[in-house]
Amino acid sequence: MAEVRAEMVANVWRVLVAEGDHVDDGDTLVILESMKMEIPVLAETGGIVSKLHVAEGDVVQEDDLIAVID
Amino acid sequence: MFDSVLIANRGEIARRVIRTSRRMGVKAIAVYSDADESLPYVHEADEAVYIGASAPAQSYLDSAILLEAARKAGASAIHPGYGFLAESPGFARSVLAAGLTWIGPDPEAIEQMGDKIRARNLMDAAGVPVAPGSREPVADADAAVHEAMRIGYPVMVKAAAGGGGIGMSAAADEAALRAAFDTARSRAERFFGSPEILLERYLPRARHVEVQILGLADGRVLALGERDCSVQRRHQKVAEETPSPGVSPALRARMMAAATRAGEAVGYRGAGTVECLVDAETGEFVFLEMNTRLQVEHPVTELVTGIDLVEQQFLIAAGAPVSFDPDTPVASAGHAIELRVYAEDPRRFLPSPGAITAWEEPAGPGVRVDAGYAAGTTVTPFYDPLLAKLCVHGATRDEALARARAAVTRFRVEGPKTNLPFHAELLENQEFVSGTYDTGLVSRMRSA
Repeated sequence: MAEVRAEMVANVWRVLVAEGDHVDDGDTLVILESMKMEIPVLAETGGIVSKLHVAEGDVVQEDDLIAVID
Repeated sequence: MFDSVLIANRGEIARRVIRTSRRMGVKAIAVYSDADESLPYVHEADEAVYIGASAPAQSYLDSAILLEAARKAGASAIHPGYGFLAESPGFARSVLAAGLTWIGPDPEAIEQMGDKIRARNLMDAAGVPVAPGSREPVADADAAVHEAMRIGYPVMVKAAAGGGGIGMSAAADEAALRAAFDTARSRAERFFGSPEILLERYLPRARHVEVQILGLADGRVLALGERDCSVQRRHQKVAEETPSPGVSPALRARMMAAATRAGEAVGYRGAGTVECLVDAETGEFVFLEMNTRLQVEHPVTELVTGIDLVEQQFLIAAGAPVSFDPDTPVASAGHAIELRVYAEDPRRFLPSPGAITAWEEPAGPGVRVDAGYAAGTTVTPFYDPLLAKLCVHGATRDEALARARAAVTRFRVEGPKTNLPFHAELLENQEFVSGTYDTGLVSRMRSA
């Protein structure tokens, strides 16, 4: 199991995966937006997205859980 | 002269305009969103008006809310700063329609320069050199490929209504161009509300050099020297200096003359900036775009000329003569450098918002800090990452570099990560120190 967490305070601009999706290492899961910059959040391991903790428009704090990949 | 000014902006630039307002005896009215309530500029203004939620669309980008704030506070003029609505012809028109003084150029000039394709064509007609590129918007990826064959690779893909480097990318071949076109298009739509795209020949080794112009109330246009803005990450400036170490006196004279013609071609009034690229190999320059507002890096020009550019903006907007003699060439003394202190990590340059727990600014001879934050304030994710501009002035470039190194060491910010360590590195970088650098410097520093 791998937890994907936010590196910084940001707004969730795009969510590109859904729970149950298969992702490969390096796939973009969500795109955050902070300080006028888009920051893609990538899967650091392949697997199934078992939990997705954010929706478009949410605000995440540093270290908040974004997704869990099994 | 108007007796009060509403500053339709935030952070360091709001504070900068307040400083000149105070000195000129003009009442300074600030506006603030939820996120900015505790920032220094809000407390330093003579009056501050709350304008809404933190998202820019609900506060700093809402012209109706800003005009209502101006009415409520009894403001007689509006200074837009840079970014937000500074280059919106619609906002300028509604300010004028409300009977207020607009501290900026005529809305028509903003409009002509805001569309990069139109601006290129206009400059070409005025005898200002432009790079080979689009004369009209490029409709789709196929048209882009066709256009690129005419222009020649590599090409730069840009949003016609764009700015700030957003959505811009260079393409060396057809495959890269198709990808760059799609990215540029979606960004253009999202950030600038117009999907129009243009292509321009890309210069791989170029310096980004811009000329400060001032269009006077009597119609004359003056050029106040150049700024070298080649230190960039993601096509956005990180450090600037004047004079440019890559511009010879002969080239400078040609650039000043071209920038003056550019301003005259649109009947420019107030402070503006003509951005150019200088080909590092041939020493030739081409027009890039014109920014119809005060530029972020204006302090370096102020340091070497001794001219307060915000004061000139006020005077020109009021129809008054400028504070210096426009018939005598503006003298430039010494060398100035600006370092943009961003809330971002110094390796990858990723944003780093957060609460500021400690803040100590350097001071001393030749050091000027224009800061938007202080200890106890919070950097939020809603706006750009600029915390402060650390500016230094010295009799020579070497002295300016030495002062910059000392000042960077003494600047202490705790809480968010900052790019101060990057600046320390830059000031020791051989390419930067020798002055031979170009716009590829930062990526070379990071790929080494």
